[in-house]
Amino acid sequence: MSAILVDGVVYASWIFLVSVGLTLVFGVLRILNLAHGSLYAVGAYMGAWLVVRYFHAGMPLALSFALLLAGALIAGLVLGPLIERLLLRHTYGRDEVMQLLVTYALFLILGDLTKLVWGVDPYYAYAPYSMLGNISVGTIPYPRYDLVLIGIAVIVGVALWLITNRTRFGRLMTAVIRDREISTALGINVPLVCTAAFTIGAVLAALGGAFTAPTISVVPGIDVTVIVLSFAVVVIGGLGSLEGAALGSLIVGIARAAAVHLFPDLDLVAIYLVMTIVLIFKPQGLFGRAEVKRL
Amino acid sequence: MSADSGHARRLLGVAILVAILALLGPRLVGWTQFLLTVALGESLAVIGVALLMRAGLVSFGQGLFSAAGAYAVAYAMRLWGVHEAFVLLAVAIVTSIVLAAVIGPLICRYRQIFFAMISLAFSMVLYSILLKFNALTGGSDGMEVPAATVLGFHASAGGLAASYYYLTLAWFGAALFATAVYCASPVGYLARAVRDNEIRLEYLGASVRDVTFRTYLFAAALTGLSGGLFALSVGHVSPTLAYWTKSGEFIFAALLGGTSSPFAPVVGTVVFESLNSYLSASFPNVWQMALGVVMLAIILLLPRGLWSIYQTLAARRAR
Repeated sequence: MSAILVDGVVYASWIFLVSVGLTLVFGVLRILNLAHGSLYAVGAYMGAWLVVRYFHAGMPLALSFALLLAGALIAGLVLGPLIERLLLRHTYGRDEVMQLLVTYALFLILGDLTKLVWGVDPYYAYAPYSMLGNISVGTIPYPRYDLVLIGIAVIVGVALWLITNRTRFGRLMTAVIRDREISTALGINVPLVCTAAFTIGAVLAALGGAFTAPTISVVPGIDVTVIVLSFAVVVIGGLGSLEGAALGSLIVGIARAAAVHLFPDLDLVAIYLVMTIVLIFKPQGLFGRAEVKRL
Repeated sequence: MSADSGHARRLLGVAILVAILALLGPRLVGWTQFLLTVALGESLAVIGVALLMRAGLVSFGQGLFSAAGAYAVAYAMRLWGVHEAFVLLAVAIVTSIVLAAVIGPLICRYRQIFFAMISLAFSMVLYSILLKFNALTGGSDGMEVPAATVLGFHASAGGLAASYYYLTLAWFGAALFATAVYCASPVGYLARAVRDNEIRLEYLGASVRDVTFRTYLFAAALTGLSGGLFALSVGHVSPTLAYWTKSGEFIFAALLGGTSSPFAPVVGTVVFESLNSYLSASFPNVWQMALGVVMLAIILLLPRGLWSIYQTLAARRAR
């Protein structure tokens, strides 16, 4: 039972890290970004590549974390503004579904670009993971790196909450989320807010990828699993809600941990079962706002 | 124009297309015939996706029904020893309809991206079930589908491909005509109104839920048939049929062709399958990227698909 809880929290913090950017982008831009997983993958490759290339045994551990962070920042800060300015900007105001398909095309393109840049052979960047060693919780040993993941998730969550609720930029963003037209009328530079929000989302996706890289072998195809999982999370929590993403991650994390321990073959089914149940009772997700339909 | 003459016109259109394809059949080289068999079968799923798109519903999980149809064929052969293709395909259709009738009432409550994501979720659930229950489903290897008889005839090894070509063509023609009739029916027109404005439709006294549910069932039947045809002509079924990127391909083909006519998705699928087999053979490393670029170009430059080129030309000639 306690194993389920610990695993659940570890998994929840990972999935929060990957999915929170998706919900932020949806909130501001009203675009469900299918290429979110691709940004995650690019972050993972960038981080793993930097660690493999520049980190060698005997160097201080902090350097490897700095490299992972740098990888995420490079990936997100380059790709984020590029994608938003060159592509998504031309789709604002069009059908939501068309926008979804644009990001699907982007997902296809980024998938092959990643392969072209980094090849198809796996990258192993285990150094930060194995150097930290294990810690015992009760009788079960857990990798210390998992604690790092939890820590990063908490930092990211708190930072995002502070940014949205305590800074001028966050207020502007909230205004754009609530009503884009009125915000424009009030003189808010809506396109700039959109670029910034998408870039933050991209950095978050890449951050999730970079810090996951040491725990997995980075191979083509990791983008897909992430998309499918983070959609489940944000749909459960309510699209565009930060609190929803946090709660959704926790629910999905514990549901998956329980399934892995009790019915190991059905982890994905368990996640979607939870999602379906939530949607039956709360069609907008736990924290979603119902849209007013216009005649 | 009366409804009867409209149907006669649609039947004529389908008959001409099927006749051309039937005459073309023997003249095709082996692999192009196979390509066309697969493409025509797949086009039924794409028509299903396009019908839903006309109602404003984008299904990112239509692979659910093609997998259901394909596995239904495989199981009917293995468990019940059925080998007649027409019976097998009927089983595929019924299986998909039953599945759609179960999940349809839930899924048809949602619109836009919610519909897209929940349909995706259902297909991924089937995918993981097919993948994980090795003993029953063969896991990621899937199952072999042995050669079926067509109207009681066992085709020789050399004639099997040709017999499947005509089998596919027959079902394709029937399904295409059914689609044309459906689009011209009140429900077909109402489906387009759902996309434009649901609330007005409700005020006018139509049931939006009824319209979307029926469209969903019809699309599921077409997609199940498509999956069954795929299982027969390829001779193998695997969980990737239910994977969401497969549904993404259906959407791609529907966008490419357009959704304004039942013929448009067929054009889209044939072009897509040709592109797909050419690009994946010649540029294995960048074909996904090429598909993505084409898709972006279509969405941004030709949002109503290739069929709109024909419509523009036809309209110009009429003037």
